[in-house]
Amino acid sequence: MANEVTVLVPQLLRPLVGGSGELRLDVGDGASVGELLDVISAQFPVFGRRLRDETGTLRRHVNIYLDGDEVRRLDGLQTHVAAGRELMVIQSVAGG
Amino acid sequence: MSNQETSNDGELTLLAVGTKKGLWLGTSDDRVSYTFTGPHFLMQEIPSIGIDTRGGRTRIMVGLRSEHWGPTVAHSDDFGATWQEPEHGAITFPADTGAALERVWQIQPDGADRPGVVWAGCEPISVWKSVDGGEHFELNRGLWDHPHRSEWGAGFGGAAAHTVLPSPADPDTIHIAMSTGGVYRSLDGGASWEPRNKGIGATFLPEETPEFGQCVHKVARDANHPEVLFAQNHGGVYRSGDSGDSWDYIARGLPADFGFTVMTHPRRSDTAWVIPIKADAERIPPDGQLAVHRTDDGGHSWTRLEEGLVQPEFNVVLRDAAAVDSAEPVGVYFGTRGGSVYASADEGNHFFEVLSHLPDVLCVRAAAIEL
Repeated sequence: MANEVTVLVPQLLRPLVGGSGELRLDVGDGASVGELLDVISAQFPVFGRRLRDETGTLRRHVNIYLDGDEVRRLDGLQTHVAAGRELMVIQSVAGG
Repeated sequence: MSNQETSNDGELTLLAVGTKKGLWLGTSDDRVSYTFTGPHFLMQEIPSIGIDTRGGRTRIMVGLRSEHWGPTVAHSDDFGATWQEPEHGAITFPADTGAALERVWQIQPDGADRPGVVWAGCEPISVWKSVDGGEHFELNRGLWDHPHRSEWGAGFGGAAAHTVLPSPADPDTIHIAMSTGGVYRSLDGGASWEPRNKGIGATFLPEETPEFGQCVHKVARDANHPEVLFAQNHGGVYRSGDSGDSWDYIARGLPADFGFTVMTHPRRSDTAWVIPIKADAERIPPDGQLAVHRTDDGGHSWTRLEEGLVQPEFNVVLRDAAAVDSAEPVGVYFGTRGGSVYASADEGNHFFEVLSHLPDVLCVRAAAIEL
């Protein structure tokens, strides 16, 4: 769809969004990563809490890529996402 | 479960073991043979467990933390067959604090006469109260806004309120312990808190007996005399007979006075258990010989209990990785960072290994469930 953004959900978190590996959001003229997460969190609050803490900060070991670029290297959660682009949520290397 | 229950007929023992990589749940009708399920929550650490048997149902509450996906609290009313997690989280810091939950260190159901009340202690240092059986907690503002906050420190494991002890004597008296900060007491239901560390050492500070700042690892309350408390400190085991106003050193006779855990008998006064660890140059059971020690006289003397423990053992037992049940005789349970879990059905006189080769054991809880 012309005004949609695709959000790819890692396998571990798919049960929290109804089993889907992919969410499609209508963003109109575009939205920030944070605004997109707000929309997703309103529908899937537990999923939202897995990605961000209660201050709205992206969890340290959660990475979000916009068409292959990690958003922390762009403008963080303020990074603008235009329609037609793809966000990938992925866990970073952590644990032992 | 009833703390007054002394007969084991018609009782099931529930043994919950939280590790760095999941939760195991065991049940036994004889405290000899256990059937375990798990791991539940594979790859999530379980630093806290609360078993709430009030109100005619058994609720298991667990503090979870994923390295990736953060901390949360879940509960099960069917022995772990299904789990529920409140959509917006059981424990979330209010926006005005600017804080975020790091880890749930303690989940403590209140007394039988206060159904639905459950306390939590968390990192960052905070105490929380639930009145709906642990589904939603409210931040205790008296402690959060405490003027000492800026002077509290962080132990190696993080800065947390790791012990919450409501008093069965009255709902207004609550003791907590934090690392580092020490013991604090409220006499007004949590509205205000005062440090209660007189006599407890702090060898890692220039002033060895400060008003607060101690690294008290665990506190347990005497069953019959709520004003009697036992504390395992970062160096020193202590007893207070006056609700924490003063503390007496009672570690003489132990092979080491460091340790993380302390437990009290659910019915018999002045009986307590500790698991000594040598410190600080070493941080292992003394000479690699793991042993539980029990006092039956308020710390005047200690009995070494090690039958059934596999030696040598170089792993420690963490502050919440030990528990007692309420059966007769009392069962004693603990787990090591090496993944061994031991049980005793006779107050620690004889242990046997009920689980082995688990991930690091972080929390152990046991309860007698009436069938």
